[in-house]
Amino acid sequence: MPDFPKVTTARWGTQGVDTIDGYLDHDGYQGLQRALGMSPDEVIEEVKASGLRGRGGAGFPTGSKWGFIPKDTGKPVYVCCNADEGEPGTFKDHELMNRDPHQLIEGIAITSYAVGCNRAFIYMRGEFLEPARKVERALREAYDRGYLGKGIAGSTFDLDIVMHRGAGSYECGEETALLESLEGKRGQPRLRPPFPAVEGLYRSPTVVNNVETLSTVPHILKGGAEWFTSMGTEKSTGTKIYCVSGKVERPGNYEAPMGTPARVLIDELAGGVRDGKRLKAWTPGGSSTPFLTPDHLDTPMDFESIAEQGSLLGTGAMVVLDEDDCVVEAVLRWEQFYAHESCGKCTPCREGTWWLVKVLHRMENGGGRMEDLPIMGDVGDNILFKSFCAFGDGAVSPISSSLKHFRDEYERHVEANGCPYKDRPVLAAATPRSGGAEGTIGEVIP
Amino acid sequence: MAVFEGDLRAQADAIIGRYPDPRSALLPLLYLAQSAQGYLTREGMREAADLLGLTTAEVEAVATFYTMFKRRPTGRWLVSVCTNVSCAVLGGRRLYERAQEILGEGAEQVTADGAITLEEVECLGACDGGPVVQVNYCNYEKLTEESLEGLVDGLRGDDPPAPVRGPKPVDHAGTSRILAGMGDDRA
Repeated sequence: MPDFPKVTTARWGTQGVDTIDGYLDHDGYQGLQRALGMSPDEVIEEVKASGLRGRGGAGFPTGSKWGFIPKDTGKPVYVCCNADEGEPGTFKDHELMNRDPHQLIEGIAITSYAVGCNRAFIYMRGEFLEPARKVERALREAYDRGYLGKGIAGSTFDLDIVMHRGAGSYECGEETALLESLEGKRGQPRLRPPFPAVEGLYRSPTVVNNVETLSTVPHILKGGAEWFTSMGTEKSTGTKIYCVSGKVERPGNYEAPMGTPARVLIDELAGGVRDGKRLKAWTPGGSSTPFLTPDHLDTPMDFESIAEQGSLLGTGAMVVLDEDDCVVEAVLRWEQFYAHESCGKCTPCREGTWWLVKVLHRMENGGGRMEDLPIMGDVGDNILFKSFCAFGDGAVSPISSSLKHFRDEYERHVEANGCPYKDRPVLAAATPRSGGAEGTIGEVIP
Repeated sequence: MAVFEGDLRAQADAIIGRYPDPRSALLPLLYLAQSAQGYLTREGMREAADLLGLTTAEVEAVATFYTMFKRRPTGRWLVSVCTNVSCAVLGGRRLYERAQEILGEGAEQVTADGAITLEEVECLGACDGGPVVQVNYCNYEKLTEESLEGLVDGLRGDDPPAPVRGPKPVDHAGTSRILAGMGDDRA
């Protein structure tokens, strides 16, 4: 098995590192100490030089994002940690917070110092009860030991971090929807510009960074930009956590340099396809990234190489389907997910995902027609790039890529008048979801 | 006020004090109201609106957006089964059907004994442990039909087994208190 350098997961095997004493025993808060000895601009330059790109899916250069924060506007600056992990197949932030919560707090502290923020927020996914418990405990410890509060780590810089929990909404992982939610509103995206760097939380300059991104920052400050760029590729520097799930022998989080071939991650680190079956389909970065096939397994897992194959690196969530799995069912489940989680703001996304579920449902359960294939493509075309945020574009990925690579599966569903892989309908597909997305028009609230 | 009175009112004020703008306290206040009444009632929404200077309609618009605010009576134990793809292909699909069979008709509202509410949920961000089930947002992973039955038996006796990480879940009202940010003091 390849022995890759570890950065954000380096301490995962170490007992007690989730407490402040354990963390300090293993180089904890050293990146912060070094940062506090530099000027804020020098910290930003160091992160720019490292080439670090956002690990939440979009891959935007982190140092540039910080550099967009205007100075001397007279308004407070805010840092928001996006801990609303929800992209199907993604579970890296969950484990990062469970295992090494101080690493995240240190990253938030360095970021806050760099952009001049004295009050930061962690927007924690509501369903993450255990990560929240770990981070809350770490926050208390950090306050007790002077790494948060007045004059952190012996400096003159003050920082408070407030934990804020979401309440069940995938869309709140989109940065402007996250800010709306943090302001006590429905989690719907905002029109940009203005970007959050100019008008974010409470219309103040705001940086929103993902948990994995922030957890990487202390290491860049401690080890230096040059060390970080010695890993990965020229344009996708450093390491990345790849979440391998589905039909593999050892589902799990595997950290590897950017540009590691997908084959190494699936076959070597995750132990290959379960029970010796053949690989059928995989996603490089969650449900919002187009499917790839066994022919793409030698593709390096970095932003550029995956894009060249017509997909996206996204969150690095590699969902693996084997020869027995039905691609149409997978697409149906993901479109149900999008239909349920669409915030409803933009018509193409709200209505389009609903119609896609209708069509896919009959495809899977009987009643599908050959003319449904172009209908799905057409609905997809009418969602793509026609909404406020990237949610709708993500919803089209499973559709367009399955029509491209697995068209024959749809045709077999039409010929068999239902799913050829199962002898019974997908029961769950017909089940209404409980909670916020049920029909609320005219509903009597008890 | 009937919901936010006494201690709960003081807690609400403390939550509001955490934010530069009081409206940011809305989600935690709704959790707090849910903890007091077992689910989020119209009364709870109205009082949260009054505390923050909003209209009931504004609060209802927010409450109906988020799945973790339950606007109907909910069991002491909320059982959430992930049927998204990574879990579904590892047995989550069958697990949800089995949960429906065990718990019977109406479990998606609340079981007759008031113990359990069943729901089908989206990816819970723990796919390495698939199929994943949460009980009041505590994870039970790599479940089989047998271990699911054991889990449900425990919940019926108000004695949940230990989750894969962290302390045992507390009931749904207590969990809502934690979600409001009132501290997680579970043993």
